[in-house]
Amino acid sequence: MERLNPSARRDQFGSKINRDHSPVLAYGIPWLIILFASLSPMLPIIAPVPILPPLGYLFLLAWRVLRPGLLPMWAGLPLGFFDDLFSGQPLGSGILLFSVTMIALDLIEQRFPWRGFWQDWGIATVFVSLYLVLTTLFSGAGLPLVQYPLILPQLALSILLFPVVAQIVSLLDRFRLTRVRKIG
Amino acid sequence: MAPPSAQTSGSNKKAQLGRFAGYVFASAGAVIGALLLIVSLWRPDAFYGLRSMATDAASPVGEAGAATRTGSRSFFEAIAGYYDAGNKNAELERENEIARVRLAEMRALEQENARLKALLDLTEGEIEAIATGRLIGSSSASTRRFGYLSAGSNDGVAVGMPVTSPMGLVGRILEAGGSTSRVLLLTDPESIVPVRRATDDVVAFAEGRADGSLRIRLINLGINPLELGDIFVTSGAGGLFRPGVAVAMVTEITDDGAIGQLLSNPAATDFVVIEPIFEPEAVEAFDTPLLTDQAAEGNDSEPAPGDAD
Repeated sequence: MERLNPSARRDQFGSKINRDHSPVLAYGIPWLIILFASLSPMLPIIAPVPILPPLGYLFLLAWRVLRPGLLPMWAGLPLGFFDDLFSGQPLGSGILLFSVTMIALDLIEQRFPWRGFWQDWGIATVFVSLYLVLTTLFSGAGLPLVQYPLILPQLALSILLFPVVAQIVSLLDRFRLTRVRKIG
Repeated sequence: MAPPSAQTSGSNKKAQLGRFAGYVFASAGAVIGALLLIVSLWRPDAFYGLRSMATDAASPVGEAGAATRTGSRSFFEAIAGYYDAGNKNAELERENEIARVRLAEMRALEQENARLKALLDLTEGEIEAIATGRLIGSSSASTRRFGYLSAGSNDGVAVGMPVTSPMGLVGRILEAGGSTSRVLLLTDPESIVPVRRATDDVVAFAEGRADGSLRIRLINLGINPLELGDIFVTSGAGGLFRPGVAVAMVTEITDDGAIGQLLSNPAATDFVVIEPIFEPEAVEAFDTPLLTDQAAEGNDSEPAPGDAD
């Protein structure tokens, strides 16, 4: 009888014997990270122009694109609500846009079920652009249309930041699935 | 590669129902969001309490960050000073900048005094600060320009109070929570401040443009008397801000006024001072002191924000 491969009892998520995934980690991490990212207005950056990417939204996009089905469809309501509490947008803007994003991503996924770096980035680019334009529209600031270009630096930064966010999310996804719970 | 088809429910009735329910819940969320958005656009102050509570709860994070920001800034300034052959160039430069603004303010005050004395023989006491605090954050991802302040109604801060720094006016209190409050920064598109030129009586409104500058709109149209480098100070009209606080410097002349650069950049302030409302009686008389923050109709029965706790 040949010996078992020593690595057969382990994989990248830890020992396979006597250990299991923790449901708190597996389901809690995405929520926690998105909520944490929504707190970014509490960063000590007093910006004279909108410059910081909407981090809460970027993390929502990244989680949804990387792990479809992990966040329930209704996740836009609580996550958007929390984002609204800090973002400075009128309450409801985040709830609406986050919810619509969840629906739209689901529909897109039915049509294009494939995955790939460029496709994910492209989808994120389209969604972030729409998100920023619509938040500006919903902000209640009554900004004239000629002043909308002032969100362009923020938009560029958000688009460039998305691959980084996606990378962070995939790292966290590995952490999410580590087997930490002891069985028996 | 296509992902595992958890999305396709096939003929599984339960999966189909679950998927349908997901769409229903998500659409309900979107509808709730839309309704809330309409309410909060129609009545911007509808959910102030909720947001203040949230900011109060999250403020320890911001406070620590603000301390770090101040610390790291002085660290970099120290390095800058070292590279400037050891002299305290950076510090002096900043002091000089403040002094220049102060000088303009003093001139404005002097002139204001002369005018008032000539009119009324009025004597005015020194204004006492209500509280001091740090700006612990801002709506840096939104088009609105709000700042979060580390002082709230526990420190005596109330809605409408002006927030100033040594460099000039920063904004005014929009919502006051227990230990934090939200500041409407001058550059917010909703912010309008009555100003006048420091050297004479050219009056104007300074409106925020959301991009770090202010639009100065002259009240008396005609030949535009403004020049580059003119400094504008608050005029005291409306009763909210005391007269003579520096606001902006003209950097670009337009048809009906000018574009001004903010003198007191909120990003560069360590501490801000919350001052009492200049003329509470006048503000009460107006009954809509925040100019544009409140719905124009149906405000008659509400108390003035100066009275709110």
